[in-house]
Amino acid sequence: MSLAAAPHRELGLTDAEYDGICERMGREPNALELAVFSLMWSEHCAYKHSKKLLRLLPTEGSHILMGPGENAGVVDVGDGLAAAFKVESHNHPSAVEPFQGAATGVGGILRDIFAVGARPIAVLDSLRFGELDSARSRYLFDWAVKGIGHYGNSIGVPTVGGEVYFEQPYEQNCLVNAMCVGLAPRERLIRSAAAGVGNQLVLLGARTGRDGIGGASVLASAELSEGDDRKRPTVQIGDPFEESKLVECCLELLERDLLASLQDLGAAGLSSSSSEMASKGEAGLDIDVSRVPLREADMEPFEIMISESQERMLCVVEPARLRDALGLCEHWDVRATVIGEVTATRHLRVFDGDELVGDIPVAALVDDVPLYDLEPEEPDGPIYPDPPARIGEGASAEECLLALLASPSIASKRFVVEQYDSIVGSRTVRRPQTADAAVLALEPDAGSGALAVSIDGNGRRVACDPYTGAVEAVLECARNLACVGAEPLGLTNCLNFGNPEKPHIAWQLTRAVEGLRDACLALGVPVVGGNVSLYNEGADGPIYPTPVVGMVGKLPEPSALPLAGFAEAGHAIALVGVFEPALEGSELEKLRGRLADGLPPLDLAAHADALVRVRAAVRGGELPTAHDISEGGLACALAECCIAGEIGARISLEPGEAALFGEGPGGVVVAGPRAAMEALDGAIVIGEVGGDSLDVEGVLSVPVSELRAAYEDAIPSALAA
Amino acid sequence: MKFGVVRFPGSCDEVDALMACRRFADADLLWHGDRDLSGVDAVVVPGGFSYGDYLRVGAIARFSPLMESVIEFARAGGPVLGICNGFQVLCEAGLLPGALLPNDSLRFVCRQVEVIVENPGTPFTRGCEAGDTLSIPVKHTTGCYYAPPGALPDEQVVLRYAPGHNPNGSMDDVAGVCNVGGNVMGLMPHPEHAVDPLTGSADGGRLFESLAMVPA
Repeated sequence: MSLAAAPHRELGLTDAEYDGICERMGREPNALELAVFSLMWSEHCAYKHSKKLLRLLPTEGSHILMGPGENAGVVDVGDGLAAAFKVESHNHPSAVEPFQGAATGVGGILRDIFAVGARPIAVLDSLRFGELDSARSRYLFDWAVKGIGHYGNSIGVPTVGGEVYFEQPYEQNCLVNAMCVGLAPRERLIRSAAAGVGNQLVLLGARTGRDGIGGASVLASAELSEGDDRKRPTVQIGDPFEESKLVECCLELLERDLLASLQDLGAAGLSSSSSEMASKGEAGLDIDVSRVPLREADMEPFEIMISESQERMLCVVEPARLRDALGLCEHWDVRATVIGEVTATRHLRVFDGDELVGDIPVAALVDDVPLYDLEPEEPDGPIYPDPPARIGEGASAEECLLALLASPSIASKRFVVEQYDSIVGSRTVRRPQTADAAVLALEPDAGSGALAVSIDGNGRRVACDPYTGAVEAVLECARNLACVGAEPLGLTNCLNFGNPEKPHIAWQLTRAVEGLRDACLALGVPVVGGNVSLYNEGADGPIYPTPVVGMVGKLPEPSALPLAGFAEAGHAIALVGVFEPALEGSELEKLRGRLADGLPPLDLAAHADALVRVRAAVRGGELPTAHDISEGGLACALAECCIAGEIGARISLEPGEAALFGEGPGGVVVAGPRAAMEALDGAIVIGEVGGDSLDVEGVLSVPVSELRAAYEDAIPSALAA
Repeated sequence: MKFGVVRFPGSCDEVDALMACRRFADADLLWHGDRDLSGVDAVVVPGGFSYGDYLRVGAIARFSPLMESVIEFARAGGPVLGICNGFQVLCEAGLLPGALLPNDSLRFVCRQVEVIVENPGTPFTRGCEAGDTLSIPVKHTTGCYYAPPGALPDEQVVLRYAPGHNPNGSMDDVAGVCNVGGNVMGLMPHPEHAVDPLTGSADGGRLFESLAMVPA
């Protein structure tokens, strides 16, 4: 990107926005100022198309210690401990260069967490790719997984869960959303507001290079197109070793109370981190770019201000503590450089040595950004083509079940989860695929009980019905927590959508946010933060609208939690919750080549009640097995329980395809001693564990070994193709 | 009895190892830049990515000031346990025979595996019997053990992966080895992640327990 050939339009600003900048500045901006504006006013940094809509979401709750606006949301988990969490996207970098794109997505979300003073204790990932019969999708999937593992494994934070779906609309524009959870003693939490005129601004971590220049504007806030290979230089390169030192160093700086505030450098690099710190602190900042340690000697001041080089943090230190702070950084072998100071000017002033090279009112960069109203319009017809049919209408129930288990979105993700360290930290009570939510003991931190974490979102169902699909994502996530007995404390979300300037995408986004709002209100779960990723479109059209929901919950006692697999022969199998299965929007319909227009409406209050019942049943401690019914319906849920438990089951059901393969939120399969099952409030006993096949009376009978082969082999054999 | 657990920049499992040791004895962290072993009776070189594992796994850590003291301590007969990256470091340091190569899958693998105790005569396995099976997780990219012909006598094989459990293509299913003197052991599985049934298994605790039994 060369500025000489890049007036404001090349930088992604409209003519009206350029005029707005001149008005706020009282003059035309110079090249550096314009570059900073182009990033700060990008969708990625300013949320200019989504901010008004996001105000719909409920953000109040008794557990909340920090809500939206800080680096991460933080909730109180008792015993003096706080949990920080957030999900963020790294979609476009991953579509251009999957290994580094995904790796730096993990690195970025980790920094958000330790920026509030919390030690990262878990990562989860929500991934979307095209179908695995495409070579491009196999490449993106394989390398994104490697990238996530590379970063997370090397830094000693376990990757404990996540989800992967394969759908054609993600072919060009894959989604890589990473969520991190951190823990901190409450008193160690820190905010990012720069305060105290004369306090020193210290840049920590890696040197600044030319990588990631323009990432937020060029890459994240525009549609993908032909020739995106040229954008590879806008993708950042990660160094997990640098970040692991940075984590330890920052946490010790906080423990020793040496920092006044802390902020990570993410999108738009120094520009956004400094201006956001100044805005929150109602202060100004002077930065001397000539002091910034560089990878390349000849970088221009504007490049230094907008570089997105990874593994950097910005902190404010009182002069009296500077010496100790710098000494501690040296101990951890972390580069620390004073690059400026806090002023009372309320301007971000950029110096190159003695020369003033940029002077921008902070408000113009952060607070007084143009916001746009969406112009939603419900489309007349389908936006997406039907998926290709993969099974015939005449397929038997057994054929349908095996095809569903072998469908990569449902099939075992062992290939993925074994590439991640899920156990470092010694708190992982439930590893990936063993229960519906990851469970992390608090005991190593002198807390009681455990945290449960899950991340969920089914874009295809949201495409069928943006409102109901978004409601379902919240219910699914809460139900996964309920299956390990956890009560949600807060919710984070990542809204992955197409171009919001198009009326049908604006409609999807609006309806989905309304769905999230209603579901959060019904469950009493506040939104503590999140991220918006728009312009997810390629030449073939937009992605499925994909709101991804992450929740953190608390459970009192982790020693007797259910597993997803059946435990022993003779256990009764029952259904609990609200389960109204329908074929619309189901995986079976997808295999038959159909995409529904609309999903059946839901009774939110009934679902909220059902979640309370499921949680109570699990907390009763007499449920060896609990597994939620999701993709592929009851038949797939039962098959998964059989495969995980290495034992069969005999089931008797009402006739009809919908009962077997229909989907809809709310149902949970539980199993345990018969007397305990019959005593469960609202449970319907449907069968018994035993034998070596899954038998549904009069409908199907498949050996567990065959179920397992279909389920386990699908992804490895697709990748071997 | 006091354990010292080495902390390099880039170590990941040092706190887990410290907590595991503390279940059976006193334990403290040792800083890579120090030379003083603080009078510990046994040293644990933990897992992770010491110094980023750039260049080659374990290759840089082997030259750290603390490792010079650990090498001296081992040569004087002090017990040293290397786990995963620690095993790689001890091989690089020449304290153990052989080397760790990239997994045959060329991918990171995190999995619970079973290992069989082959040699219960070391300070690390004296609480076990020959043939005992231990359930312990592995997690690594570079764990395929190799030693040239004749470099690894049978009695120096301390642990083997149970049939069907070799996760990385290690020669002869070797999971853990010791030096000629038996006082230095390295293994790819992570016993510090198998000290509590709540998080999967307590079998790995038997190695720390055995070591804690050694008279101080």
